[in-house]
Amino acid sequence: MSSLDPYSVAVALDGAGWHPAAWRFNTVPARSYFTAGHWVDQVRQAERGLLDFVTFEDSLTLQSSNLFTADSRTDQVRGRFDAVLLAARVAPATRHIGLVPTAGVTHSEPFHLSTGLATLDHISGGRAGWKVRVSATPAEAENFGRRTVPQIDERSLQSGAAQELLAELFGEAADAVEVVRRLWDSWEDDAVIRDRSTGRYLDRGKLHPVDFQGSHFSVVGPSITPRPPQGQPLVTALAHSTIPYELAAKGADLVYVTPRDADDARAVVGAVRQAEDRVGRTGARLRIFADLVVFLEDTPERARSRKARFDGADGAELVSDAAVLTDSPTGLVRTLAGFREAGIDGFRLRPGASEADLRAIVTGLVPELQSRGLFRRSYDTGTLRSRLGLSVPANRYAA
Amino acid sequence: MTYSRRTGFPKKQVHLAAGFPGVNHWTVWSDPRSGSQTDFASFVHLAETAERGKFDFFFLAEGLRLREHLGRLHDLDVAGRPNTLTVLAALAAVTERIGLVGTLSSTFNEPYDLARQLATVDHLSDGRAGWNVVTSSDAFHGANFRRGGYLDKADRYTRAAEFVAASRRLWDSWSADALVGDQPTGAFLSDPDIGRYTFGGEHFDIAGRFTVPRSPQGHPVLVQAGDSAEGRDFAARTVDVVFSAHAELEPARSFYADVTRRVVAAGRNPDSVLVLPGAGFVLGDSTSDARDRAREVALAQVGPETARAQLEQVWGAELPDLDPDGPVPAPPTSHDTTIRLGQARHAIDPLAQARRWYDRATTEGLTVRELVIAETTRHTFVGTAAEVAGQIDHAVQTEAADGYILSGHITPTGLDEFVDTVVPELQDRGVFRTEYEGTTLRDHLGLGAPTATTLPTDRTAVSRPTVVGATA
Ligand SMILES: Cc1cc2nc3c(=O)[nH]c(=O)nc-3n(C[C@H](O)[C@H](O)[C@H](O)COP(=O)(O)O)c2cc1C
Repeated sequence: MSSLDPYSVAVALDGAGWHPAAWRFNTVPARSYFTAGHWVDQVRQAERGLLDFVTFEDSLTLQSSNLFTADSRTDQVRGRFDAVLLAARVAPATRHIGLVPTAGVTHSEPFHLSTGLATLDHISGGRAGWKVRVSATPAEAENFGRRTVPQIDERSLQSGAAQELLAELFGEAADAVEVVRRLWDSWEDDAVIRDRSTGRYLDRGKLHPVDFQGSHFSVVGPSITPRPPQGQPLVTALAHSTIPYELAAKGADLVYVTPRDADDARAVVGAVRQAEDRVGRTGARLRIFADLVVFLEDTPERARSRKARFDGADGAELVSDAAVLTDSPTGLVRTLAGFREAGIDGFRLRPGASEADLRAIVTGLVPELQSRGLFRRSYDTGTLRSRLGLSVPANRYAA
Repeated sequence: MTYSRRTGFPKKQVHLAAGFPGVNHWTVWSDPRSGSQTDFASFVHLAETAERGKFDFFFLAEGLRLREHLGRLHDLDVAGRPNTLTVLAALAAVTERIGLVGTLSSTFNEPYDLARQLATVDHLSDGRAGWNVVTSSDAFHGANFRRGGYLDKADRYTRAAEFVAASRRLWDSWSADALVGDQPTGAFLSDPDIGRYTFGGEHFDIAGRFTVPRSPQGHPVLVQAGDSAEGRDFAARTVDVVFSAHAELEPARSFYADVTRRVVAAGRNPDSVLVLPGAGFVLGDSTSDARDRAREVALAQVGPETARAQLEQVWGAELPDLDPDGPVPAPPTSHDTTIRLGQARHAIDPLAQARRWYDRATTEGLTVRELVIAETTRHTFVGTAAEVAGQIDHAVQTEAADGYILSGHITPTGLDEFVDTVVPELQDRGVFRTEYEGTTLRDHLGLGAPTATTLPTDRTAVSRPTVVGATA
């Protein structure tokens, strides 16, 4: 992809935005984050900006200011909806934008994930994606009571035991993605025949068992849900290191990465491409999106000072796995260009505040990109996959 | 179950739900009017029609494995369904008042997942969610899930009861006033331990933090469908609505009396549980026109091959030489329950059932196809709109039911005529609402605030008082 091809821009929606104090500066009341109306407004706004897709965050325990353990803070947004259902609620209220909910594979049933995401694709007319999530904390495991997961923290993360655990969890995740994908293919597109002459509704030769047997679960199939419009909804994953890069390379269509800057982006892209080679990926290469937390104002100074105000309210400087940018829309366009030259295909922007920064993306960044000929001026009619240059995959079971 | 549920009405009010046509031979896919069984537009049409008719709720059944007949996928009936919860969440976007109830298995789900999803739908629909708790019928389904296999009969309902109790614990883990959201002081929550819960039983030993704030209904409406004694007792102790398979007047009355007895024995007010049988209907311009149409519908529902498959299922044997338009063969002496897989079976002796079918065919001189039509087509209400309204009213006033979960046989327009013609008749009789009075499904059903259930097996009995009065 050359640096002059149109940009792909997605927005990551979560609560009041990605700064933990953002809720104190939005105009909407806190209650609204738990109403359908808030989410429909957010996604419609992203759709007015012609963005490629939105993601919805989720996890199987309450948010925490600590990456590895729970906290008892009462001054930050806590609570989330099931993201697949949230995306389904938004789907009929939008027309073009892709809808990519987060759903965990460690504790949930691959069969239910498969039908849920296929249904989101049916409901939205081919706009569904999936952000695959691995649950690696004991807090999440205890909600299911079926397995014990040891506590990992910053210090033990690189230990042999921690890496072994992660390898196991990500191995299971790869199995889950494989099962989900097989289930999507388990109905051929023309399996429903409604043949009045023979009285047969189905051509049973066009339905296929998936017969998956793994070390954590087995699934016979076929699915109960017919093949979704995209054939395979877009599979995405966030990845920060080798093991997750390999999961993405094995199972995903798109990976979110967290480079600190353009130079780091070059290294990360290299590592992702190596992971693709190591796992023997075939077919379309991974789309690589850089995750960036953004605070956008007319000038970089204003953006910096707004973020400082948020930091002050939270009592600490924002810590993020992704690079945090405080800039003007023009400045951000320059930064994005640098990432593109480093081999990044697109961007998932995490608005610092759900109001101010989503608005600035739509009314500031997008027009800047458009004026340089780098962003669409209207949606085409295709599916989410086709927007990202991915074709409808051939059905693995079709003769 | 008395006349007093709604003050201001001298007559007991009818409750109606719209069931999306299912994956069985009642759904006529061969009719030129029949549309897609999976397109979202079909779900929208039926939900909007039912809401126009002021129905209490829209209802989805669920089956977690495609049905098999004689060891192969059953190809004569409609097959394939979207995910129940995902459809309900999307329907919340295109409807405003009607309840949204889905069938979900307590065997092949986990409380933390499912309680979150149901609370999410309750929020996203502003208090219209309901859950039909089923235990799923056999190990056949288990092959699609982590746990594999199935549960012993005795364990199915202890797991279901614990599942519901654990879900209620999760729904109660956020108090209604937990969300403060005071921007100047920075107090988002009132409680640093919000969402914290533990539940310890025979089937679940779980603890942690729940992620969904208390939903508009507090607890979604709970429905149960399952016919065994264990199933009925579970329903009597636990749920708000019983979905029954007994729609004909006399069996319905004895079922109603049986459930009422069990509800009282469980120490609950019988008014707090509604019994809604599943029912079909055929309307006509005159009584005889309706009968003619019912006959046509029956012939479309039971084609020759469906007649054979149905008899094979009841006989528990393959019948390759059977002539569907010929006489009924002698009843079997042994029964193979694996002839049909993936379909709920009811608690009946299969050999006795086959003998009863055979005796009926002999006495009434029925062919195989005629027998299957007589035994399986569920045309509960047949007549003109006024007659059908009268039948429903009569059944509800005489303790056969509190209303019905109605399914048309055409997807998705099968309820249109009912809403346009029977609903006004019911309204004229003063037994059905002309406008929604409340906003939540609990309101429509006349249910009070939810309460927690405590089980003898639960080692972690309630640590936090039940929150009431949260029905926004
Ligand atoms: C009217 C009725 C409707 C039912 N609908 C479903 C359904 O949609 N999905 C399902 O898995 N089971 C369904 N069931 C099956 C029951 O939930 C239950 O699993 C089964 O009947 C075995 O329980 P039992 O022994 O108590 O009858 C239904 C049962 C009845 C009576």
